[in-house]
Amino acid sequence: MDQQMWTYLFVGVTFSIYIGIALWARAGSTGEFYVAGHDVHPVVNGMATAADWMSAASFLSMAGLIAFMGYGGSVYLMGWTGGYVLLAVLLAPYLREFGKFTVPDFVGDRYYSRTARLIAVLCALFVSFTYIAGQMKGVGVAFSSFLHVDYNVGIMIGMVIVFVYAVLGGMKGVTYTQVAQYVVLIFAYTVPAIFMSIIITDNPIPQLGFIGNASGTDVSMLAKLNTVVTDLGFKEYTQTDKSMFDMFAITGALMFGTAGLPHVIIRFFTVKSAKAARISAGWALVFIALLYTTAPAVASFARLNFIDTVNESTYASEQAAEGETQTPGWFGNWETTGLLAWEDKNEDGKLQYRAGKPFEESKPYYSGVIGVDGHRELELCETEDQKNCNTLTKNANEVYVSNDIIVLANPEIAQLPGWVIGLVVAGGLAAALSTAAGLLMVIASAVSHDLCRRTFFPNMDDKTELRVARGAAAGAVAAAGLLGVFASQLGFVAQVVAFAFGLAAASLFPVIFLGIFWKRMNKEGAITSMLFGLISTFAYIYYFKFMNTDPAGWWFGVSPEGIGFMFMWGSLALGIAVALLTPPPPQDIQDLVEDIRIPGTRVSHGLADRGMAPVHGE
Amino acid sequence: MAEPSEDIDKAGYWRATRGLTLRLLAIWFMVSFGAGILFRDVLDQVSIGGAPLGFWFAQQGSIYVFVGLIFYYCWAMARLERKFGVKG
Repeated sequence: MDQQMWTYLFVGVTFSIYIGIALWARAGSTGEFYVAGHDVHPVVNGMATAADWMSAASFLSMAGLIAFMGYGGSVYLMGWTGGYVLLAVLLAPYLREFGKFTVPDFVGDRYYSRTARLIAVLCALFVSFTYIAGQMKGVGVAFSSFLHVDYNVGIMIGMVIVFVYAVLGGMKGVTYTQVAQYVVLIFAYTVPAIFMSIIITDNPIPQLGFIGNASGTDVSMLAKLNTVVTDLGFKEYTQTDKSMFDMFAITGALMFGTAGLPHVIIRFFTVKSAKAARISAGWALVFIALLYTTAPAVASFARLNFIDTVNESTYASEQAAEGETQTPGWFGNWETTGLLAWEDKNEDGKLQYRAGKPFEESKPYYSGVIGVDGHRELELCETEDQKNCNTLTKNANEVYVSNDIIVLANPEIAQLPGWVIGLVVAGGLAAALSTAAGLLMVIASAVSHDLCRRTFFPNMDDKTELRVARGAAAGAVAAAGLLGVFASQLGFVAQVVAFAFGLAAASLFPVIFLGIFWKRMNKEGAITSMLFGLISTFAYIYYFKFMNTDPAGWWFGVSPEGIGFMFMWGSLALGIAVALLTPPPPQDIQDLVEDIRIPGTRVSHGLADRGMAPVHGE
Repeated sequence: MAEPSEDIDKAGYWRATRGLTLRLLAIWFMVSFGAGILFRDVLDQVSIGGAPLGFWFAQQGSIYVFVGLIFYYCWAMARLERKFGVKG
């Protein structure tokens, strides 16, 4: 069976499993639809959270980013795991104790304000829609690159699958499919990693190979990598161009952003109690750490292997027959997907991989001419105003490498059989779909629960709300699909992710945190704080990503990725100042805050719980 | 279930919880922002296996400590809940 058939097989089988689970786990009430009935086992929830959290970007792009950024890539590793410590000790158990369905539920009820709820809905929708566009794009790319299905058709297939389990099963269906998706994605990630580790370091455990010696030598793998990359004009792998302050800010924005992301927070509403929420956060991080400690190892192995096998190799098999090293076969295979390209600037027939961009444009344009041994030649610009062509740079680098190639090409680099590639594709799809589903639940509940039930139609009964929730989920699936189609033309998905984390850190985290830890925090402070975080972060990122991309203008040298961290402190300070200048919150609200701090003491408090009674666990 | 019980030392429990939270966040800060970023140059003079220690904390060590912190938190909170008679 060839690789193509294996890919169809794995994708077909995994998709059938997801559908099967969806049919088994149907939701019968709003409680089941929004929070899976509050009775998911902590370990199961931990696994679902891990899949919910690890997106197409974590699975496909992160190792590649680290491979090319070296030490600078550490911001993703620390940022996207450290946020779970904040979640576990500052938010999750208390929000579970609060006992409702959504993040805007907490903001609206804790701050006794319809305005506060609506701003929280706005933040949640904005964050979730920017995030979901990237997932849908990932699904489209996976289908079009590996299954030879049209990009838009690929997105349609993804939408149908998510539709079935999100609309039928709600959070209950999403939870159990996420568990299956975690198993698929972690298996697909670690199998090639183990084999690569054996090849590069003789050690089957990637985390140990990472700090071990390079295979067959007594030089450490990282020292060898440092020598190899500096010889080619790159910065040392264990160093970075980023300033220490910017590293600090980006790590902070990603950590606090993680803790404030609604689709992560709502996963902790699905367990029984505050205690279960704490344990569940621990398990979630264990499952996430399995991938996140493997990723930096994979990144360094792949970088080393890429240079070893590709640099100075000869593309044509004729010359290779005369004793020259030949370019590995996977290089040619991956040229067809547009993730790799080569232009022989010095016409020596060999690939020179050096520091710097091979051409001015951000991606390769192929001329359609197939050269020696299937090499896809580039379309070079001949006139100033020619579109869709590449202008070569003056530097010696001839090779274009997309970040995404690292994970995708691993099975071939490690010389694993064709079925492993099929497995990796299924893993990438699992990562994208599980995250998309979690985000859809946030969008659907924001519309059906926060806007319809809690704001505009408070008398709606449970049955009607469930119908509206299913309708909202269906609408959200369609909207997400459209966004994915639209995103393919814009190509700014990677940049808008900065929005999601920055906004979550600067607008949602401060009010949730103060709502729990400072009884005196009131509605005036919360509204000011959220609006400040939302507007300042949005404006800064928009300005420096789309209007003036010159880093020289950054405030204190902080990049748009890190600015959410800076504005978060502003948001906290402003919220506290305004709260102190305005009257304290009503007694009911202060009693509510007391209750959620002490597990098992939560009772209804007039004003705070007028719209909806809290749901208890055990 | 959720009945307000009078025999809980709520203030004591909350004070202890906040203290524990602060101590854990201090460690959280030290292993990531501290060891991985601010003091990495100092730590890099030492190696763990073949990796400079500061670099290792940034890409591996901090994550292991994070996992440990959350499980320690679960254990310590369970102990606090027993001590103060909180049902949990």
